[in-house]
Amino acid sequence: MLTTRQVDAYHALTVVAPGIVERFRPGHFVGVAVGGPHTSMLTRRAFSIHDVKPDYGGTVEFVFAVNGPGTAWLAGRRARDTLDLVGPLGRPFPLPRDPVNCVMVGGEYGSAMLFAVADALQRRGCRVDFVLGAASADRVFGAMRARRMGETTTLTTEDGSLGMRGRVTDVLPGVIADVRADAVYACGPMEMLRGVTDVAVEFDIPVQVAVEERMACGIGVCMTCVLPVIGDDGVTRMVRSCVEGPVFRGERVRFDDVGTIPFDALGAPGGGSRNVG
Amino acid sequence: MSVDMRTYLGHVELANPVVTAAGCAGSGAELAQFFDLGRIGALTTRSITMAPRAGRPTPRMAETPSGLLNAVGLQGPGVDAFLARELPWLAQRNIRTVVSIGGGTVAEYTALARRLNDAPGVAAVEVNLSCPNIEDRGRVFARDGAASAEVIASVRAVMRYDVPVVAKLSPDTADIVTVARACVDGGADALSMINNPLGMSIDTETMLPSLAAGTGGLSGPAVRPLAVRCVWQVRAALPTVPIIGMGGVLTGRDAFEFILAGACAVAVGTALFHDPYACLRVLRELEELVAARGYTRLADVIGLAHRPPGATTRHRTDFEESPL
Repeated sequence: MLTTRQVDAYHALTVVAPGIVERFRPGHFVGVAVGGPHTSMLTRRAFSIHDVKPDYGGTVEFVFAVNGPGTAWLAGRRARDTLDLVGPLGRPFPLPRDPVNCVMVGGEYGSAMLFAVADALQRRGCRVDFVLGAASADRVFGAMRARRMGETTTLTTEDGSLGMRGRVTDVLPGVIADVRADAVYACGPMEMLRGVTDVAVEFDIPVQVAVEERMACGIGVCMTCVLPVIGDDGVTRMVRSCVEGPVFRGERVRFDDVGTIPFDALGAPGGGSRNVG
Repeated sequence: MSVDMRTYLGHVELANPVVTAAGCAGSGAELAQFFDLGRIGALTTRSITMAPRAGRPTPRMAETPSGLLNAVGLQGPGVDAFLARELPWLAQRNIRTVVSIGGGTVAEYTALARRLNDAPGVAAVEVNLSCPNIEDRGRVFARDGAASAEVIASVRAVMRYDVPVVAKLSPDTADIVTVARACVDGGADALSMINNPLGMSIDTETMLPSLAAGTGGLSGPAVRPLAVRCVWQVRAALPTVPIIGMGGVLTGRDAFEFILAGACAVAVGTALFHDPYACLRVLRELEELVAARGYTRLADVIGLAHRPPGATTRHRTDFEESPL
């Protein structure tokens, strides 16, 4: 591990991990073991990759907030400690073939993963605009970088301490109309993604969302990070956000039914199949 | 010094005693990107059911001290998709596969066994008895010896003679030895234990259960002493029946503990969530431990902890040096 820094309400760790950098695509995440070699915390914490750099053979940076003993342990790491990482994991963001106008929407530290996407989009000649929001000013991640990268950057906070008072979904319709956006990329809390998807659907433009579902393994074996997603055949399945996601087409995710098994999902209790186990 | 790690489930030979636990290896393809699945003893599938199952609502998982509570609810594609895609994938790669099956009635287990009969690449069938019995007010089969034996007997009756039937036992029963004996009498060729004991945790922030399902199965090192006790008791009562031991195996030392208690194979489960490479690491550490104790065959240490206190351990070399 290389450096650790605190960014407002969040922590950012940079780790030397050439193997991950080699295969990194925007949208990938890493699974981090917490608690040291004899840990009593068995699940890996999943963090989206904020940035990769070629220094020292390749470094990976990820951003997190402390909200439990695992992340508190991570926040206590210092330079030159070693860290157990698995990655890159997940399916990355699909990128458009043509130079189009894209709006990046980030909530809380979900915006961390958007900069790599924005970078890839700009290299393809896309115009990129940012809309970032959070509860308060210290919880908006990457506002400075967004201002540098984006044609325009709109910030929102719920308490009005930075930018506009309100939520990203309040300003998003205006931004989409102003920049004549062709696509939306979003990452943040589930409630925000649902709002962003509704807006994008209204404008009839594609929306790619990266969900932050709780995971235990991150590699697709534990089956705990599932959410209802409509497949190409129109059938709703409980899919794993770690291997089939974390990036989904927004309109395919049944946000209203997250946390439940929709009655018409494949294999749902009472949906023609017997309920056992 | 290399150790002969071969072990047997009934008459089926496994190259080594490390297998994956049911429901902890996905369909196999997920783990295959981390290590060569052909190098472990066998891969156990998630419990296959007749129909596709969406499982339980989320949250399905809660971390507890040295453990994990889960209520996934046997999410899976159903037997048709399993036989069409997942099993052929494993069979093509010559991965020894133990197929776990789950059902709500005896007839459902039997139907599953019949479907697996013609499928190539089934090394053994593990019967997940920790499913609610629809015909008995949803009480799980594994709680009751007679209900377990009925399932095992009907699966054994339709399964091909050369495919061992393994009964997976739950510690949530009055006496695990009674259930184990009933299963063996019903025709089980081997036993595996333990399935997750039920547990629960409550989120003190929301003041609600942490899992959507309320209760869930507890796994991880938190249950290891419980699991070792079950293996020990069953081995003492039924010394000739092969046992797959599981429950919180993180290291080779943990696996060795199960072997000493009487297991002839050890399954790695929750450890895979923490460390995708766990199986091969456990195997390597186990081999080193067995070698360090001066043994050259795994078979010589199985159940060794059952010897009377003070008795010397008989090495194979003892025989060779004997004047007789």
